[in-house]
Amino acid sequence: MAIVVIKDKCKGCKLCIKACPFGAIDMIGKLAEINEKCTACKQCIPACPFDAIEDTEANAEAVDLSAYKHIWVYAEQRGGKMMNVALELIGEGYRLSREISDDTKVCAVLVGDKVDHLAKECFEYGADAVYLMEDPNLKNFTTDGYTKAMVDACKEYKPEIVIFGATHIGRDLAPRVAARLNTGLTADCTRLDVRVSTYIDYAKKNTTLDTSSLDENDPSTGLKQTRPAFGGNLMATIICPKTRPQMSTVRPGVMQKREPVPGATGEIIKVAVDVKESDIRTKVVEIVKSAKELVSLTDAEIICSGGRGLGDASGFDLIKKLADKVGGVVGSSRAAVDSGWIDHSHQVGQTGTTVKPKIYFACGISGAIQHLAGMQSSDIIVAINKDPDAPIFEVADYGIVGDLYKVIPQIIEEWDNAEKLYDASTK
Amino acid sequence: MALKIIVCAKQVPDTNEIKIDPVKNTLIREGVPSILNHDDANALEEALKIKDMYPDTHITVITMGPPQAKDMLIECMAMGADEGILASDRALGGSDTWATSNALSAVIEKIGEYDIIFAGRQAIDGDTAQVGPQIAEKLGIPQVTYVTEFEMDKNMKDITVKRALEDGYEVIKIQTPCMLTAIKELNNPRYMTVGGIFEACKKEIPTWGAKDLGVDPVKEVGLDASPTNVFRSFTPAPKGKGIMIEADSNQEAAQKLLINLKAKHVI
Repeated sequence: MAIVVIKDKCKGCKLCIKACPFGAIDMIGKLAEINEKCTACKQCIPACPFDAIEDTEANAEAVDLSAYKHIWVYAEQRGGKMMNVALELIGEGYRLSREISDDTKVCAVLVGDKVDHLAKECFEYGADAVYLMEDPNLKNFTTDGYTKAMVDACKEYKPEIVIFGATHIGRDLAPRVAARLNTGLTADCTRLDVRVSTYIDYAKKNTTLDTSSLDENDPSTGLKQTRPAFGGNLMATIICPKTRPQMSTVRPGVMQKREPVPGATGEIIKVAVDVKESDIRTKVVEIVKSAKELVSLTDAEIICSGGRGLGDASGFDLIKKLADKVGGVVGSSRAAVDSGWIDHSHQVGQTGTTVKPKIYFACGISGAIQHLAGMQSSDIIVAINKDPDAPIFEVADYGIVGDLYKVIPQIIEEWDNAEKLYDASTK
Repeated sequence: MALKIIVCAKQVPDTNEIKIDPVKNTLIREGVPSILNHDDANALEEALKIKDMYPDTHITVITMGPPQAKDMLIECMAMGADEGILASDRALGGSDTWATSNALSAVIEKIGEYDIIFAGRQAIDGDTAQVGPQIAEKLGIPQVTYVTEFEMDKNMKDITVKRALEDGYEVIKIQTPCMLTAIKELNNPRYMTVGGIFEACKKEIPTWGAKDLGVDPVKEVGLDASPTNVFRSFTPAPKGKGIMIEADSNQEAAQKLLINLKAKHVI
C-alpha cells in the first residue's frame, strides 16, 4: 500500500476520514488506518494537521532516481560489424553526458559473441567506458536473448539513460527492455536534450514553440526527447519523470558522430551474461543480405529523388542518369513507391529514410509533409516541378518551375561546365 | 483443434489528409477521415489467409480507443474477422505505450486462449512500433517484428517467418503462442464484402472498461500511470523560402542553378 499512517504521529482527529473520497480510512482504536478501498489519491495527506500520513512510494521513487547514473548507448553490431548509428549515438551521448555533470560518462554497451574488438571503435568515437556482454547464445540478435542480457545489466548497473538506434533491431529490442524494466520509452527521436537552456535554444531556432514558460536557469537534467508524430506534422517532446532508466530509440542519420581519436581507450567492464539456450524461444535459421542494389541514402552526399511528377516508372531512368552524373544516389517520394515505380528502399520521408545530404534534388515531388520531414535538413534543396505552387518550393533553396524532362537533361549536359560558368559569371 | 487468432488494430486519422492550423499551430482534426491503420490491415489479412485455409479458425480483433473505434471493428468483421472487442474507458485515456500494452494484454488475458497474435508494426499517427512488442512482453510470449512472410506447419504449432532488416532479411522459426507484427510487404489486404458488411453490422461489439479488465487506473493504465508524458508539443518551423530561378530557357535555368551551387561551394 502506497499510503500509510505513521502511528506515532496520528492523534485520532478523524480529519483524514472526512477528506477521503473513497471511504478508505477506518478508525482502529484511536488511530486511523488505510483500508483496501484506497486509490492512492493522496487527498488525505494535506488534510492531516500532524503530517501523520505519507506516500511511501513517492519517497521510494525519489531515492531510486538518484541511484541511476551515466548514459548507455546500445552499440548495435551485426555480424561483428558496428552499425553507423551506434557511433552517431556515442557522439550524442558524449554531448549529453557532459551537459549532465562532469562525472557522468557515456558508455557503449556491446552485446554479441566475440565482439570485444569493437570496443576500440567505441572509444575512438567518444565512449568513456564499454560494457561488454559476450556469450555464444548472443551470437545473433534474438529478442529473448538480448532483452534478458540488457535487462539484467540495467538492473545491476542502473544507467540513467539508455539510447538505441531506431533500427529494425533497436525497435524490436528496446520496447521489450523498457516493458520488463517498467520504464518509459520514446520512439524514433530526432533530438535529445538534458539542459533546459539547450532545449530553449533548439526550440527558438527550429520550432514554433513558445518558450516563455521555460526557465533557462532550470537545473534539472531530465531527458527531453523530441520526435515527430502524425507523419511529421507535429513534433512532441516527451519526458520520463517518474521511472529510470529513461529510454529512447533515435533515428539513424540524425545525430552527429564525433571526430574519431585514434588510439583512444577507456575502461572495459565485462558483464556476466546469464542467457541460456532455453531462454531463447526463436531460432534464426539464416540471415540474408539483400541482393538488390544497396541504396545507402543516409550516407549519400547527393540524392536525386523522383516523385509522382515523373509520370511513370521509366522516369527513374532519367533520375538515375542525373544521379550517375552528379555522383549521387536515387531517392523517391512515397507516391512513387506506392505507384510501384521503385522499391521502398529508395523512399525518403517519415516512413522511409531520413536524409541530410549536401544536395537534395527533388524532381517532380510536390512536397507532402511526410516527405519534407525526411529531407528538410538537407544542406541545399533543389526543386524542379511544373507546378509553381507546389509546397516543395517552400523549403527549396533553389526552385526551377518547368518540365523536369527538359530541365534535367540540361543539368546533366552543363554539369561539367559548372566551374567555367561560375568563373564567367564572376567576371 | 481450431486456431484462435487475435489481431490488434488501431483506428487512426489519415495522416495524408492532416493539415495544420497556421494560426494556432495545432492539428485540424475536423473532417479528417479515420481509417484502419495500414499495417494493422496487413495483420488482419494474414489472419484471414489462415482462416481461408482452416475455416474453423476464430479471429478476434481487439482495439483500444474512443467509442467510434467500433466503426473500424465493423470494417474488420466485414473483411472476415469473427468478432471485435473494444477497450474503451475514460480511465484508459492518455495512456502511453507502456500503459496501452497493459490494457491490451488485459483484454487478451480476459479473452483467454490464443495461438497467434498479429499486430501491425506501427500506427501512422504515433509511429512508435512499441505496443506490439510490449504486449508480448506483458503476456510473456515470444515475438517477431517486421514480418514479411509467414508460413505455418500442418501441426499448427511451428511457424517460419521472414523478418525484414534494413539490408536484407532473417528467416526465423517460432512456435505458438507468439506475437507477430506485420509490415505492408506481408500481403495485400482484401476489401470488405457487401455480405460481410451486412453480417458485421448485426454483430454485438462488447466494450470493456478498466473495471472489466481489472486494471488499476492509478498504476497500470491511463495518463497518471504512464511513465512517459508529453512535455511540450509544437510544429516544426518552416524553412525560409529560397531563390526561384528565372530563365528564358531550360539551358539557362540549368546554368544559373549550377552557378549558384558553385558559389555556395557545394559542388
